[in-house]
Amino acid sequence: MTPAPAPLLSVRDLRVVIGGRHILHGVDLTVAASGTTALLGRNGAGKTTTVRGVLGLVPRTGSVQLAGEETVRLPTHVLVRRGIGYAPEDRGVFAALSVAENLRLAERPGAGEPDYDLVHELFPELARRARQAAGTLSGGQQQMVAIARTLLNGNRLIIADEPTKGLAPKAVTEVARVLERVAETVPVLLVEQNLALVRRLARHCAVLADGRTVHQGPAAELLADAEAARRLLGVGSTGHRGPARTPAGPPVRTAAHDAARTTEADT
Amino acid sequence: MTTATQPRGRARTADQPVAGRSERLRRATRWWPLPMLSVLFVVPFGALPLPGLLDGPIGSPGNLQLLALCLVFGGLATGYDLLLGRTGLLSFGHALYFAAGTYATNTVMLEAGLPFAVSALLGLLAGVALSALLGAVGLRVGGIGFSMVTLAFAQAASILVQRDPGGVTGGEEGRAAPADRLPASLVGIEHTANLYWVALAYLVVVLAVVQWTVCSPIGRVWEGIKENERRVEVLGLRPYGFKLAAFVLAGTLAALGGIVYLLLTGGATPRTTTSDFTLSLLVMVVLGGSGTRWGPMIGGILYTWADQRLGDLAGSGAVAALPSVVRVPLSQPLFLLGALFVAVIYVLPGGVVRLPARLRAARPSRTAADPEEVLPS
Amino acid sequence: MATVVLLTFTGLGLGALYFLIASGLSLIFGLMDVLNFAHGALLSIGAYGTWWAAFGHLPGAGFGGAGFVLAVVFGTAVGTVAAVFLEVAVIRPLYTRPREQILATVGVGLAVPALLSAVWGADARPFPGPKALSGTFGVLGAEVPLNRPVLIGAALVVLVALKVFLGRTRHGLVVRAGVEDRAMVTALGIDVRRAFTLVFALGGAAAALGGALGGLYFGSVDPGQGTSLLIFAFVVVVTGGMNSLTGTALASVAVGLVQQFANYYTTAGLGDVAVVVLLAALLLVRPRGLTGRLA
Repeated sequence: MTPAPAPLLSVRDLRVVIGGRHILHGVDLTVAASGTTALLGRNGAGKTTTVRGVLGLVPRTGSVQLAGEETVRLPTHVLVRRGIGYAPEDRGVFAALSVAENLRLAERPGAGEPDYDLVHELFPELARRARQAAGTLSGGQQQMVAIARTLLNGNRLIIADEPTKGLAPKAVTEVARVLERVAETVPVLLVEQNLALVRRLARHCAVLADGRTVHQGPAAELLADAEAARRLLGVGSTGHRGPARTPAGPPVRTAAHDAARTTEADT
Repeated sequence: MTTATQPRGRARTADQPVAGRSERLRRATRWWPLPMLSVLFVVPFGALPLPGLLDGPIGSPGNLQLLALCLVFGGLATGYDLLLGRTGLLSFGHALYFAAGTYATNTVMLEAGLPFAVSALLGLLAGVALSALLGAVGLRVGGIGFSMVTLAFAQAASILVQRDPGGVTGGEEGRAAPADRLPASLVGIEHTANLYWVALAYLVVVLAVVQWTVCSPIGRVWEGIKENERRVEVLGLRPYGFKLAAFVLAGTLAALGGIVYLLLTGGATPRTTTSDFTLSLLVMVVLGGSGTRWGPMIGGILYTWADQRLGDLAGSGAVAALPSVVRVPLSQPLFLLGALFVAVIYVLPGGVVRLPARLRAARPSRTAADPEEVLPS
Repeated sequence: MATVVLLTFTGLGLGALYFLIASGLSLIFGLMDVLNFAHGALLSIGAYGTWWAAFGHLPGAGFGGAGFVLAVVFGTAVGTVAAVFLEVAVIRPLYTRPREQILATVGVGLAVPALLSAVWGADARPFPGPKALSGTFGVLGAEVPLNRPVLIGAALVVLVALKVFLGRTRHGLVVRAGVEDRAMVTALGIDVRRAFTLVFALGGAAAALGGALGGLYFGSVDPGQGTSLLIFAFVVVVTGGMNSLTGTALASVAVGLVQQFANYYTTAGLGDVAVVVLLAALLLVRPRGLTGRLA
């Protein structure tokens, strides 16, 4: 193998303080220029905050380099327009807007033609439901809208935060198929608790615990080591979900999560 | 505030041996309004002139009247902050409960001919009932909807008062209190000192009630509601009841203030029912420092004093001599008030009580302030 | 019958005025969570801008025909500029402090009417309006002043224009999405703050137009007009369900009609109280307003 190419995204010492509470104490994270990098950790380890911190959706300090350029001072919308597609944890679908409108919002006027061919090829169902209000879609269909929005713009990096959370098994398979296909051409940063999926998709991984990076390396290596997986992730490597996971159904918000959101508006 | 200062104090103890004393000093100085309050107890006996601040000696009836007014509004603002600063409820109708105390007491004296003590009790009960009723309805909408509803209620009441139904409220003129129903020791210019004591007692009562409830378990729930209402719900508590309790308590304290105001000014005027009156309470609280122990009181006192003096200033010869670009806005107290309010929000976030802490933080020797101490801008 | 027709037109005219204020209020509140207490001031600025231009300070403008149209356009433009200035200079620096944003608008809402009365006096100034609009027309035996249908027409035009803007343009799409989730809009690469300025401009324009036409309705302009209308606009916004344009339109009509009929058939002033009592009753039955959206 040739020496590893320069990483696409390089996060150093990312710290986030929300409402006086330190959520991240220094996260290091490298997303390779190709393939899927999984971001792992128990509930509350800071995975979603890391993603939101990278995007500037929460106030943060540290260094976030996209293709070698420092972005930590950029506002979210400018950073995103440099080529990031983001499918957030709760899918971030605009419920009152139609499917077509949700997709149209993701278009970036002045930055090339949106690639609707790709979206319609991967998600033929969305073309059929274009006029339906996104709030009336099933969880799996909403996730398709969320992922489709990341694929319109020929992004350099796609960030998917727990894309299979709360989905029916069939929808999980569908999402996995799409992510696998996407990762062939675009690097993906994947936050995921479904270790079977991580095993199938991810080449690299980083593990967070209590707001810090505690492990980085090839994903297969970590998942092969049952002892390390249990220690770092709190589960066996058999692909079972963690004990605190909510069963399939609408995503349940936790109080801490909500606290983080409200304080975000106040700070 | 306290959580932010404590770690800093400890950090200094490590490298500076004298820091323990300064920490104790700091804690003691947090109670600095207490000596100020005790100074207020000797004011009526003072013959000290305070040039610029007051006209003539401090114990003169005119000045005692102004100071008593300051104290009433200090108490009123402290009670109002129970909603704004302690529970996070932005009510735009607080004038209503103040006016309820004034008008109900006055009307009972005038129409039913009952003595002052009984009328005052009924007036207070009217304030309790009105705040319970309207609070119960208004709190059914959350957030800013509540603000709009409280404003609408107060506006409706204000219109009613000015319409003078059945000649009860006296319309735009208001109605003077019947001197024969009031205790003789509270009527007349020679008894201004007694009115001053009543006003001071009101302020002390409000401070004590607010401090006590805020430190009680219910006060901690209020704080939780202010921080994050949903988290309180997750704990299995219904915020509605707690918010209503805060609303009724604040309404009751306002009604009590209204009764003191009736004694002090000798009548009920529709000016106290208007939304401008509530907004001036809001300015007092923000000016002094919302959610702090002494801030609203200081804001109320400062504002009332400045309002009086600015009124004098607006009509004074010094302003009349200014060029019209400056003179015209300065002649409008409400313009000054609004502009002052916006300025306070920008220049003095956290109000006057945060000023010492901000000055300390701004001193160059302590450039590495806590992140919590740096105010978001 | 004639009385009922006249009251209906007057109530609808008043409702139209309320809608011109409330539509902007609810748009701004929906997108930014800012309750704009300075919105009444924007209406007053529009009213005084129109009055000032029509009184011969603007070449070509006046109280007759095309000159009046020019004066209204001028007043609306001044109000729009003031709204944009308000957003950029007062609201935007406080972006991370939502409570202070509201308080700052309270301050502006106090200061602007005071400034207007300092410059042009606290008393009402006559606002004659063009001759063509000063007459009446007969409907079912009632003599209805022409300015009523003018106001109703203007409100309908604004309603349709806002609907088209929100439903058919990309900016409108951004506004609708921002009402649901501002953070997600920025995460899609859109500068949502531009939408903030835009809704302030639109809301300010509607309110200033309301001020200009309100001069016709009342026959005069005074500094406190905006503030007293604002309080009823709040009632309209809460009744309409906080951030629904259709709800706001329905609530405007309801509040305007109730107020006029109650003021006529009971004693004057009681209509204003009746509206508030009705609001209380509605909140007891449906805390989320007419349209049932989240407050």
